[in-house]
Amino acid sequence: MDQIRAADLKPTFDEMNGFGQGIREPYAAVANWLDALRVEDLRKKSAEAELLFRRTGITFNVYGDTEASERLIPFDMIPRIISAAEWRRLSAGIEQRVKALNAFMYDIYHRQEIIKAGRIPAELVVQNSAFVPEMIGLDPALGIYSHIIGVDIVRTGENEFYVLEDNTRTPSGVSYMLENRETMMHMFPNLFAENRVAPVETYPDKLRKTLESVTPRNLDDEPVIAVLTPGQYNSAYYEHAFLADQMGVELVEGPDLVVQDGVLNMKTTQGLCRVDVLYRRIDDDFLDPLTFDPSSVLGVPGLFDVYRAGNVTIVNAPGAGIADDKAIYCYIPEIIEFYMGRPPILQNVPTYNCRKTDSLKYVIEHMPELVVKEVHGSGGYGMLVGPTATRAEIEDFRARVKARPENYIAQPTLALSTCPTLVEEGIAPRHLDLRPFVLVGDEVRLVPGGLTRVALRKGSLVVNSSQGGGTKDTWVLQD
Amino acid sequence: MLGRTANDLFWLSRYVERAENMARLIEAGYRIALQPRIGDDQDSEWISTLESTGCIDVYKDKHGEITTKNVIDFLLFDPSNPSSIHTCLASARRNARTQRTALTREMWESLNGSWLEFQAIRPDTLRSDALPRILDWVKERSAGYRGAMLNTILRNDTYFFSQLGTFLERADNTARILDVKYYVLLPSTNMIGTAVDTAQWETILRSVSAHMSYRWVYKESYRSWRIADYLILNRAMPRSLHACYHKIDEALADLSALYGEDKPCLVTAKSTLALLERGDIDTIFQSGLHEFLLDFIARNNRVAQEISEAYHFTG
Repeated sequence: MDQIRAADLKPTFDEMNGFGQGIREPYAAVANWLDALRVEDLRKKSAEAELLFRRTGITFNVYGDTEASERLIPFDMIPRIISAAEWRRLSAGIEQRVKALNAFMYDIYHRQEIIKAGRIPAELVVQNSAFVPEMIGLDPALGIYSHIIGVDIVRTGENEFYVLEDNTRTPSGVSYMLENRETMMHMFPNLFAENRVAPVETYPDKLRKTLESVTPRNLDDEPVIAVLTPGQYNSAYYEHAFLADQMGVELVEGPDLVVQDGVLNMKTTQGLCRVDVLYRRIDDDFLDPLTFDPSSVLGVPGLFDVYRAGNVTIVNAPGAGIADDKAIYCYIPEIIEFYMGRPPILQNVPTYNCRKTDSLKYVIEHMPELVVKEVHGSGGYGMLVGPTATRAEIEDFRARVKARPENYIAQPTLALSTCPTLVEEGIAPRHLDLRPFVLVGDEVRLVPGGLTRVALRKGSLVVNSSQGGGTKDTWVLQD
Repeated sequence: MLGRTANDLFWLSRYVERAENMARLIEAGYRIALQPRIGDDQDSEWISTLESTGCIDVYKDKHGEITTKNVIDFLLFDPSNPSSIHTCLASARRNARTQRTALTREMWESLNGSWLEFQAIRPDTLRSDALPRILDWVKERSAGYRGAMLNTILRNDTYFFSQLGTFLERADNTARILDVKYYVLLPSTNMIGTAVDTAQWETILRSVSAHMSYRWVYKESYRSWRIADYLILNRAMPRSLHACYHKIDEALADLSALYGEDKPCLVTAKSTLALLERGDIDTIFQSGLHEFLLDFIARNNRVAQEISEAYHFTG
């Protein structure tokens, strides 16, 4: 047999039914609701929701597509539910993690004590393409590099949560978390009356407070904040516009900004207006053609100088990508221990770093059981899911890993938890993950919830929207 | 507000208004085409419609011969025609998408909904009797958008720039309709006062939904100079040049007050408004209606240009 389903390998934990011991407590009300509902009703509601999303224009663009094919991310109406106790542990773990990640970045852009202590190999940091040497010695406001982090978490059992990835550059998806909730409340108000679901609607307010707290200068009145987008053809443009709108700040593109007299300005109907905090949603390379990629037209010439001089705060800071680099990921438990003085609350997925000879040997030999990822890939591109891959795909990846081992990491295929999901054949379990969004400023702010992504194809472990994954509303229950 | 936002809002309103005017023009042209033919010049009625839109050359390059089907296809559905309803709705929606943060949810959903519905129309399967329905739909959607805007938007620069776009475009369109009809229809002086002449003037009024109100205002049958007076100087007529300039002047004055600074565009707009306020239709006809309208269109463009400069539309 060429194809083995990942789900066939290990028993799978279901968010609603556990390992088949019956309905788990947080799902009691929703299970009753589902029982009383016919699949046709759910389908009808689903079509209604889709229309709502389409009208509102909650779409994402797929690269290479034309304007006409803005796509909807499929929305599944059966919520994913997290109990209050589970959330307490998750949020404590997330908070610990983001503090450690920021401390790590401060250290590697300053004294590099973690390297001196021999806890992390120097070349892994300084030769890393996500490391930005221009940031060395620079002091961002409050010493924070990554203000907005999306932590990808998967679950394999009652108490087994793993962090799959820390997205510390420009994580997206928060608008879906908010719109999914909006849609659910609109369509099933009764469900919310029966369950004590913690609100997520405070996110834009928390985001604004976080951004205000990292203003580079003391102001009598509110600092001027702007969201920098590459423009309406970017895949996450809807989110950029949504966040700017929700915070009541300008959504700007590179050409709207200009550096003059050492400060960053936006071009308004009344002339230039100074910007204090720039929440950028473009990559490091495109921020400033004078410092980074000279061919880029997305950014602002001279922006980095203004940043260096401490006259603007860039959120997230250039070089913040070093913390979510897949090669660094293997060291995060050590990083947490080193800076927080305690073991991590949330585990990493065991990871084989192919730059290590013994790991490489193991990966080459066990490829059909592993998930192999390109260190710099993202969005489900450049990865191999061993158990569901064909023999040819495995051979192809084996050759690639052998040719450039330092470019790959591998992880055992986890039996990701499932959740009942409406699919063609009815309601069936599908694998999912969770991306809570955390904000780091004068304090750590975390809204109870996140974006749940669900793989819609049977057995598939790939939940990315660019690979046909869907989303669910995520409920954190209150005690 | 970003200069780019102001620019996009201004043009968004212009596109919505232009789509509506295009629908009105097509409606008028279609009505003329349904009337008994003048001579054997098949489909020549559409020439004046194409002239009004200023894209007759583009049409000729593409289609050559003028036929009802081709003209309608060109004016309604052709994405390569910069003034087609398709292009207007697509551009309006693109601008709205870029400036979602400046629009209320109702404004955005109105435009997005229009575009989605319009895209669902299949021109090749369209029956000829569907045309009036589509044109009504365009007018309704345009009115719906304007309604959403008037009902929900803050009375700040977002609103002022939107108003400017609407009324500069409307003034331009009214002037063009008048000019072309006058120019195309009048030269054959022996037709003045004939049934054909009257019917054609009526369609002009119809195109601006004013053929009934005209009678209430003038209490007499359609006459070219009365119609000109109505569309140029009558402030009560909401599509007249005078009414448009009243709105333009108001929006510019509000902007000046908001920003605390007068700009040259306000002066130009005020002098244009004064010209229309004290205008007299006999004098206009004596010195040449065509010349008057050409001068007006140029002034109108100048105001638009000055607004763009004063408020940093291009940065």
